[in-house]
Amino acid sequence: MTGISILKERKKQIYQKGAEPFSITCGKHSLAGSVSQRACVFCGSRVVLYPIADALHLIHGPIGCAAYTWDIRGALSSGPELHRLSFSTDLQEKDVIFGGEKKLYHALIDLIHEYKPKAAFVYSTCIVGIIGDDVEAVCKKVSRETGVETLPVHSEGFKGTKKDGYKAACEALFKLVGQGSVDNISPYSINILGEFNIGGEAWIIKDYYKRMGVNVVSTMTGDGRVDDVRRSHGAMLNVVQCSGAMTYLADMMKEKYGIPYIRVSYFGLEDMSKALYDVAEYFSHNPEIMTCTQELVRYEISRIYPELQKIKTAVKGKRAAIYVGGAFKAFSLIKALKYIGINVILAGSQTGNDADYEVLRDMCDKGTIILDDANPLELSKYIIEKKADLFIGGVKERPIAYKMGIGFCDHNHERKTPLAGYSGMLNFAREVYLTVTSPVWQFAR
Amino acid sequence: MLLKHTTDEIKARKALTINPAKTCQPIGAMYASLGIHGCLPHSHGSQGCYAYHRSTLTRHYKEPVMAATSAFTEGASVFGGQANLLQALDNIFTVYNPDVVAVHTTCLSETIGDDIPQIFNKAIADGKVPEGKYVLHANTPSYVGSHITGFANMTKAMVDYFAVSNGHKEKTVNIIPGYVEPADMEEIKRLGDIMGIKTIMFPDTSKVLNGPMTGRFKMYPEGGVTIKELKLAGSSKGTIALGNLASGAAAKALDVKCKVPCQILDLPIGLQATDMFIDTLRQIAGVNVPDAVTFERGQMIDIITDMHQYFYGRRVGLVGDPDQILALAKFLVSIDMCPVYIVSGSPAGKKFVKRLEEITQEVPYEVKISVPGDMFLFHQWIKQESVDLIIGNTYAKYIARDEDIPLIRFGFPILDRVGHSYFPTVGYKGGIRLLEKILDAILDRIDRDSSDISFELVM
Ligand code: SF4
Ligand code: SF4
Repeated sequence: MTGISILKERKKQIYQKGAEPFSITCGKHSLAGSVSQRACVFCGSRVVLYPIADALHLIHGPIGCAAYTWDIRGALSSGPELHRLSFSTDLQEKDVIFGGEKKLYHALIDLIHEYKPKAAFVYSTCIVGIIGDDVEAVCKKVSRETGVETLPVHSEGFKGTKKDGYKAACEALFKLVGQGSVDNISPYSINILGEFNIGGEAWIIKDYYKRMGVNVVSTMTGDGRVDDVRRSHGAMLNVVQCSGAMTYLADMMKEKYGIPYIRVSYFGLEDMSKALYDVAEYFSHNPEIMTCTQELVRYEISRIYPELQKIKTAVKGKRAAIYVGGAFKAFSLIKALKYIGINVILAGSQTGNDADYEVLRDMCDKGTIILDDANPLELSKYIIEKKADLFIGGVKERPIAYKMGIGFCDHNHERKTPLAGYSGMLNFAREVYLTVTSPVWQFAR
Repeated sequence: MLLKHTTDEIKARKALTINPAKTCQPIGAMYASLGIHGCLPHSHGSQGCYAYHRSTLTRHYKEPVMAATSAFTEGASVFGGQANLLQALDNIFTVYNPDVVAVHTTCLSETIGDDIPQIFNKAIADGKVPEGKYVLHANTPSYVGSHITGFANMTKAMVDYFAVSNGHKEKTVNIIPGYVEPADMEEIKRLGDIMGIKTIMFPDTSKVLNGPMTGRFKMYPEGGVTIKELKLAGSSKGTIALGNLASGAAAKALDVKCKVPCQILDLPIGLQATDMFIDTLRQIAGVNVPDAVTFERGQMIDIITDMHQYFYGRRVGLVGDPDQILALAKFLVSIDMCPVYIVSGSPAGKKFVKRLEEITQEVPYEVKISVPGDMFLFHQWIKQESVDLIIGNTYAKYIARDEDIPLIRFGFPILDRVGHSYFPTVGYKGGIRLLEKILDAILDRIDRDSSDISFELVM
């Protein structure tokens, strides 16, 4: 398997640290004929907006797009669960020929009547873009007639990559921002952007900020509520995590409402602490916040430290391959892995940009392979060559790792436990530990 | 109460599907393609659908699922996907080196009207399909039918592209297994083997999607029907198609194209359907049923006899794919159980519904059937009057939890359990397993719900 051929066009998307000069091509469309691990615009929009639990999410298109995204992410809600149902216009042949606007209209009216959601999102899929339904007009009409704001999400799959889907989602959200009252918002207040409450992560993070004395106006979009988004422009600061997904919204909010933003990551001790300190720093005119933050960090780290050290002794020197969606996640993962003594021998992303890859290069040790938009053959080639013990990726990578007899850790959809925050770091370390030291591998290799 | 938004009041919905009990054509085509040896399925369309199809199959089988994409962009969606497919074929044969590339379309490429055979001709003329390698294709627009239709179309394409009549009848019997698990395909072949019959099964995903752990990643696992066998299928003595919706089209095409007579049977789930299958196989091949098979049959009846009191009168909700729910309903009725709600997301036609009605006409309750229907309606029915057992895919677990009803996972997709790809539910052995599952569910419930006084060691 090591003797695979790599297409000429792909060679520039692979880089080995140490080989100069540094150059990696990214942001390209996948080649036709590739076994790409990437998804589409719709996918990007869907993952961003999905956790808004009191909104209606209607997928306008044939059944597949809705069926495959039905509750596949564990974005938890502390209240309504409307987001966990799968609504689709289920377009049929005659709709494709005569247009699906009528069907969309009726579906929306029925659903809004039945569920009285706070707002409705309508996702356009590929086919809708092709047959040219005027989704915008239908949404307007429905908003007018029902009084429930109905927002089109322009997420036709073929119109770009997952990133473009993030953008479309941000545009839809931005329409809500600014509609609500900003009364009673504390001067020490933030919005959390790009946090999806997988396994309850938003709850952990919110708790930290609360303990610091910082008020969270809205989490976008984890455990999200429409009314919170509506008043999010009242916050003093936007804290953007998973930069790929929501920076666009932060930019728009900065421009229109003058809200500054900082980029953070909640994964790993280092980044998590920095995320809290950066916020405390921003509110430095209230020194109490900084004091609380210091206390919090000290307390949280000392709580998990002993077990982390134990795990470190057990997994030290193991080698990991990382292939994740956004590059930002990769940075945190590398740091978190280094912290427990694990070397990263491959780091790849589906959607990294030039700047991301430069950061990646600087972070990685010599010899590390850096990959943009990889395929399974490449991944498996380097896993063998570099003798990885652990693969961190998403759903499609899991069985590949297992077939090769190495550990796996999901850092994408299929997570059940939160990996963010201090307790999340411990969960992550435990997961790494249990998979790389599993007795099963003795039978496998 | 995850589905707390489900109401028991049923209102007419025309424009809307809630909680679908089906998926779209391409995933079925992708699954069928994986049942050809050395085949790389190829999705002609944009990347998203393809990524979802691969993820969903990966989640269901817990195996690497390989496929390639034409990676449509806006340009392709306006000017057509010919350039993409040509480049794709070139890249695929250079990098991934499969024996066969099975192309299926998506909503997108269908709507813009790409002519795949014409693109194939061009690819072959341009030398983009190397000597000894093959391509085939199926049209799989998702706004028609469901994943079952996609499976049927790709299976039929295997016939259209490869089956030839070599002028004399071979000893082989073709079996088209239907949209079933790899373990089921294996079991059907095993029955053929012990009857001493040479069978050609297509598609055949056993050893592909339930393969062993080897310490290596194989792009093309061991199993799958070979092109040589597919060609030979045109000269077989006969064809048995299991499940009309998934397998009927291919069987009929083979009959028309190569004069191989076909028999379309129900999926061999349960005693009678398996009897029917064995008997048909026996007749076509001209053999006697060996004692080993009769023995297994006897074992199955033995279990039904031993435990028959626990089946009697139980109300069951069935949700799944048409061929499966038909066979299951028949089986349940034959052991005195009562399928009262039957839902399939896939459209299956009036005749199909009529057959379901016939099968369930002796059931002493009102039987509600919705084909095509969705899980929301299924849940509403259950809310109105509950059942003792649900048989359906993983998504049924929400209903099972909310309404506190035991669930047997059956069908596609099963995302949260293993076993389905390793242990069959077809044939007598599979029937025994199914009975075990049903009994476990019912008896566990009796144990759970019984008072201390009536809690029994022996059941
Ligand atoms: S666009 Fe069509 S083929 Fe693609 S996922 Fe949606 S329904 Fe399926
Ligand atoms: S049809 Fe388009 S929008 Fe739907 S999954 Fe496929 S690429 Fe994405």
